[in-house]
Amino acid sequence: MSAQHRRVVVTGIGVVAPGSMGREGFWDMITAGRTATRRITFFDPARFRSQVAAEVDFDGVKLGLTAQEVFRNDRFVQMAMVAADEAVADSGLAFGADGGPDPDRVGVTLGSAVGATMRLEQEYVQVSDAGRLWEVDPRYASRFLASALVPSCGATELAVRFGAHGPATVVSTGCTSGIDSVGYGAQLVEDGDADVVLAGASDAPISPISMACFDTIRATTDTNDDPEHASKPFDARRNGFVMGEGSAVLVLEELEHARARGAEVYCEVTGYASRCNAFHMTGLKPDGREMAEAITVALGQGRIDSDEVGYVNAHGSGTKQNDRHETAAVKRSLGPAAGRVAMSSIKSMVGHSLGAIGSIEVAATALAVNRGVLPPTANYEVPDPECDLDYIPKVAREQKVDVAISVGSGFGGFQSAIVLASATRRAS
Amino acid sequence: MSGLLVTGIGVVAPTGIGVEEHWSSLVRGEPAIGPVDGFDAERYGITLAGQVRDFVPADHVAPQLAVQTDRWTWMSLAAATLAAEDAGYTAPEDAYATSVFLASGSGGNEFSQHEIQGLWAKGPRSVGAYQSIAWFYAASTGQVSIRDGFKGPSGVVVSEGAGGLDSIGWARRVARRGTPAVLVGGTEAGLCPYAMLCQATGGRLSTAVRPEDAYKPFDRRANGHVVGEGGAILLLEEPAAAHARGVRRVWGEVAGYAATHDAHHHEDPAPDAVQYARAIRVSLADAGVTPDEVDLVLADGAGVPELDRLELDAIGAVFGDRATPVPVSAPSSWTGRLMAGGSALNVATALLAIRDGIVPGTAFLDDPVEAPGVDLVTSSRVQDLSTVVVLARGAGGFNSSLVLRRPREATS
Repeated sequence: MSAQHRRVVVTGIGVVAPGSMGREGFWDMITAGRTATRRITFFDPARFRSQVAAEVDFDGVKLGLTAQEVFRNDRFVQMAMVAADEAVADSGLAFGADGGPDPDRVGVTLGSAVGATMRLEQEYVQVSDAGRLWEVDPRYASRFLASALVPSCGATELAVRFGAHGPATVVSTGCTSGIDSVGYGAQLVEDGDADVVLAGASDAPISPISMACFDTIRATTDTNDDPEHASKPFDARRNGFVMGEGSAVLVLEELEHARARGAEVYCEVTGYASRCNAFHMTGLKPDGREMAEAITVALGQGRIDSDEVGYVNAHGSGTKQNDRHETAAVKRSLGPAAGRVAMSSIKSMVGHSLGAIGSIEVAATALAVNRGVLPPTANYEVPDPECDLDYIPKVAREQKVDVAISVGSGFGGFQSAIVLASATRRAS
Repeated sequence: MSGLLVTGIGVVAPTGIGVEEHWSSLVRGEPAIGPVDGFDAERYGITLAGQVRDFVPADHVAPQLAVQTDRWTWMSLAAATLAAEDAGYTAPEDAYATSVFLASGSGGNEFSQHEIQGLWAKGPRSVGAYQSIAWFYAASTGQVSIRDGFKGPSGVVVSEGAGGLDSIGWARRVARRGTPAVLVGGTEAGLCPYAMLCQATGGRLSTAVRPEDAYKPFDRRANGHVVGEGGAILLLEEPAAAHARGVRRVWGEVAGYAATHDAHHHEDPAPDAVQYARAIRVSLADAGVTPDEVDLVLADGAGVPELDRLELDAIGAVFGDRATPVPVSAPSSWTGRLMAGGSALNVATALLAIRDGIVPGTAFLDDPVEAPGVDLVTSSRVQDLSTVVVLARGAGGFNSSLVLRRPREATS
């Protein structure tokens, strides 16, 4: 690229994750190898095949939202607002104040796979008299259903909150939404359309309709008698993912913009790419070809050699076919270096929060690069001959890495990869 | 340097299926709005909608695919096929060379309402295997990519009514990073009871019972909008790649684009239209076009008095100093608002207008509001067009502006 090449760094991180409070609580939890999966408490799951989930004990008002903000917004928006508050505070950017960023140069890219599904279902139950009416009864509808129907309400809430007048959008590519939203945010900065982007994702899918639809295709686990050990990525005993919820928001900033204000930098985003497998809405071919292509292209954008990759934050959902597919993709893209790379799935601890998890995993990867500690794959005990890489079993590892990759795979055939490099890395 | 070329258009809209059907309906001035067919919308205070009445899914979607997908996706699959046929485009040997980047607003509404009704009326086991892939916002992009074998970087953006233009903005980023062909645009199908109820709670729908009284953007009697379904999908190509494959026709060039957000209030628009005007200005600068060079603006045309006034303020702020007022039309008035599909359809309409030198009028604009510096187009007129601006807004404060240019004459 030319001298005009604009580089993107991460200068703030906020997290709302199951089993913990905020970014530091999340980091402590995943580096301790603790799991947040439990029997579902949001509703009685007795009639469901999968009865476990990673729930967030979330109270918007206690976390700084006003009663009105909680009242008008679905849970996925509330979580995004709380995560964004933490990320912005962490960045030190003084939005709306003298010396703060130019509002016209601040963008928002918020990922969500299923948007306001929880509110849409709860209100549906009211207006349909629990499924009795096809022509639903308007007398029981709240006036916020119009915004709940269209998930861009989440991007609006963040834009309003921080006075961001730059480009704003919700990114909804299913389970890669949270990687793609950070990738798109980085592109906004690279292309010169923004200097600062609040990029993240949020999903709150632990509701009967989402649980039922994954039940019927047996994508979720039925390890109901031992919720804490239900999510077993890469383990030979794995039998499906554990539903999760949560949000993470990152402050992405143009490097010189960050330097000029003396900001602390977690890491640099050096590449992002996405490909489709054009194969099947839910199925994955075992060869991992398209995910490998995404990884290769993303590494190439930063001119990074596969030998430099020290850590792969896996999609690692814990379904039979995903973990095999992903192992193949890492081998295909990194070549011999795959045998040396450390790889782990934090879904073993925080579950799979659909679109949100991508951003939560990018946050974990940024922290890992910044702090020199790699989170483990909890519950990993029984090796699978088809998954034969180093999955960091159970215990976090102190290891400095210059380059890490976070990957995701989702319904619709989407395969995405993002590359984060240490701020102290010397380009080879 | 030239922008992306539009080389194919597929339309599935209340005005017709296919570009020519849509266009001839617009030029003839035939409103495609009528009483809601299929359920009793009057429960929600609504009488009218813009439905795609002659859409036969079996004509466009294979039966085994149709059972897995919502009406919204059927329309996307149909429109994607029409766009590729129009462009004479077949999947190139490099499957990564084509992307699908669509906008969605509300996902698979009708399919989902059936499944959730089953869940609550009968229990979890009545939810079918396809619910997980039919309702989420990425369903149409995924299905088009799978059916047509397109493996390029694909995506889905949601910005309510601005989505159709925003998908083009993102396609430019995809193309800049090396993918030469991108399917863009989107469709929408929110005409089932629950989705209609959701939309009605926003307070922006007209309750009028006669089409001529209902969706009347820029009219003194504007009283809200009518919901429609459908949209458009377009094929964008890098000029060099398009010419290398022997492109048969170029509809126009994507010359400029910009998006801003009001960031004012979770529902209400900013009272000053400053950010809306900025989106227009930045898109013109991006295209290297001055306000004087713009021949036509296709407006968002919300049909809500306050929103209409703000749009005219924004247009006036950018174009008000011209010697001649800028022509402004709101062709959505013929179809109703198709959410993400609507702004995509307006791009198709703009390119048809450029081709034929005909500006479609605004439906039911009998008594225009005062609009200094703006020439509101009340009925179709003949006018040579080189540069057209398409505007769109999304509820909550999304503002997008796209600049289209007539294809340059081929030089040898």
